[in-house]
Amino acid sequence: MNRVLRAAGRLWAVPVVLVVWELVTRAAEDLSFPPPTTIAASMYEMWLTGPAERLWLTEAALENIPASVGRLLAGWLLAGVIGIALGIAMGRLPLLFRFLDPLVQFARAIPPPMLLPFFMALFAIGPRMQINVIVFGIIWPVLINAGEGARLVDRQHLDTARVFGLSRGQRLFQIILPSAMPKIFAGLRVSLSLALILMVISELVGSTDGIGFQLLDAQRSYDLPGVWGTIVVLGVLGYVLNSAFLAAERRVLSWHRAAKQTT
Amino acid sequence: MIGRRLLDSKPLCGALGAAGLFCVLEATGRTGLISPIVFPLASTVLGRAVELATDADFLLDVVSTLGAWALGLLLTVVIAVPAGFVLGTLPRAETALRPILEFLRPIPSLALIPLALALFSDKFDMKITLIVYAATWPVLMNTLYGLKDVDPLAKETLRSFGFGPLSVLWRVSLPSTAPFVATGVRLASAIALIVAISVELLAGGSDGIGVFLIEVGGSPDAMVYIIATAIWAGVIGLVSDSLFVLAERRIFRWHTARTEVV
Repeated sequence: MNRVLRAAGRLWAVPVVLVVWELVTRAAEDLSFPPPTTIAASMYEMWLTGPAERLWLTEAALENIPASVGRLLAGWLLAGVIGIALGIAMGRLPLLFRFLDPLVQFARAIPPPMLLPFFMALFAIGPRMQINVIVFGIIWPVLINAGEGARLVDRQHLDTARVFGLSRGQRLFQIILPSAMPKIFAGLRVSLSLALILMVISELVGSTDGIGFQLLDAQRSYDLPGVWGTIVVLGVLGYVLNSAFLAAERRVLSWHRAAKQTT
Repeated sequence: MIGRRLLDSKPLCGALGAAGLFCVLEATGRTGLISPIVFPLASTVLGRAVELATDADFLLDVVSTLGAWALGLLLTVVIAVPAGFVLGTLPRAETALRPILEFLRPIPSLALIPLALALFSDKFDMKITLIVYAATWPVLMNTLYGLKDVDPLAKETLRSFGFGPLSVLWRVSLPSTAPFVATGVRLASAIALIVAISVELLAGGSDGIGVFLIEVGGSPDAMVYIIATAIWAGVIGLVSDSLFVLAERRIFRWHTARTEVV
């Protein structure tokens, strides 16, 4: 009961804002700013009016949302794997770091949307081009963080491992990777929100399905409530992805927090 | 011995790395491993990048993008820093608005482009508005974070010496939050550049780097232009970021804890 009250105390501004927004937009009657109830109705129409055996999801929902989320996750996982591998290699081999660091810093500075025309010319429109844009755009935070995490492994831990006769592979998987993990997760989190942005923008220019395509479609047919509704869905998707990531991070890194508390 | 010392020099190694990449790319094109029609030769691209530096049209587009970027960033600071101070010094307002901010933040700002296309008739206004919206987040969040980091002892000390809340804000909170604000502005500057180019690329307009990319997209050697432009965009991003880092180090030398929050 107490918790409910406290949550209500924290969230009271949300209904207030919604009601004010509703009243103002109803009074203004501007077609570009539909009231929230209209937006909600159009979202319901777009996604939740399908047959019961498909959980009421519409064709558009079943087609666009999984396509978008699939590309996003595929790009994110690929960037994660490549970024961690390259980052750790650069973090542990000082010479490699010195050779490649300026190139990495330069590549990171290129604004990711610049990659769109590049990959569109290279691969034509389709999932391959989109995943490539996502991977190239989001790999840098993971790579740089993994490199920093691997570079700053406690010397004592590595020396102890060597004394105990751990092989190179064991040292990599049991010492270096775990101690770089907190940094890697920080990089992965930045990459995840970047991946959402690049997913949308790559679907806005080069796609025949996906949430970004639906957004463009709504805009082209002057369906303003549809545009607002799709943006709300993207916000919810971003929120869900971030919360899921934080929950996973808490689970995987619980040992790290525990270790920090005892020392 | 000499070889060892040569490899200790960071700029030399970096130059060697860049030269190595150049040679590898050039070789794959020359040997026909990747056809130069699909992926242009590294030397062609570099030559075009040098040409672009004296191309009046391209320079005009760069100036236009940078102008929007600077104006957007300036407006962001003018809006986000005071907003951060208001929210940071009024805890009630912050707890009330927090859920709304937490919902708005994950909305990818570039997804707002289709909406903005419907709302704005002027492309420049639209570009600036989207830049300000996207760049506000890191500045606002860092300002809030910095305000939480202000030494309470310093505030209490001033208060017990009879300083009013405004002069505590001016003498303690503002200076100790400034490094965090600076970090936020540096992060925002990268975002502002991304948004500016994206808007030009997706919504068109009369000038800008993104518009330049659209215009050269139809030419037969579009790929050469695209990569050369990307190189310049990278240079712009790198230079602006280094300038911000340099300025931060200069101005806030006293601030040792260099924490970063996104």
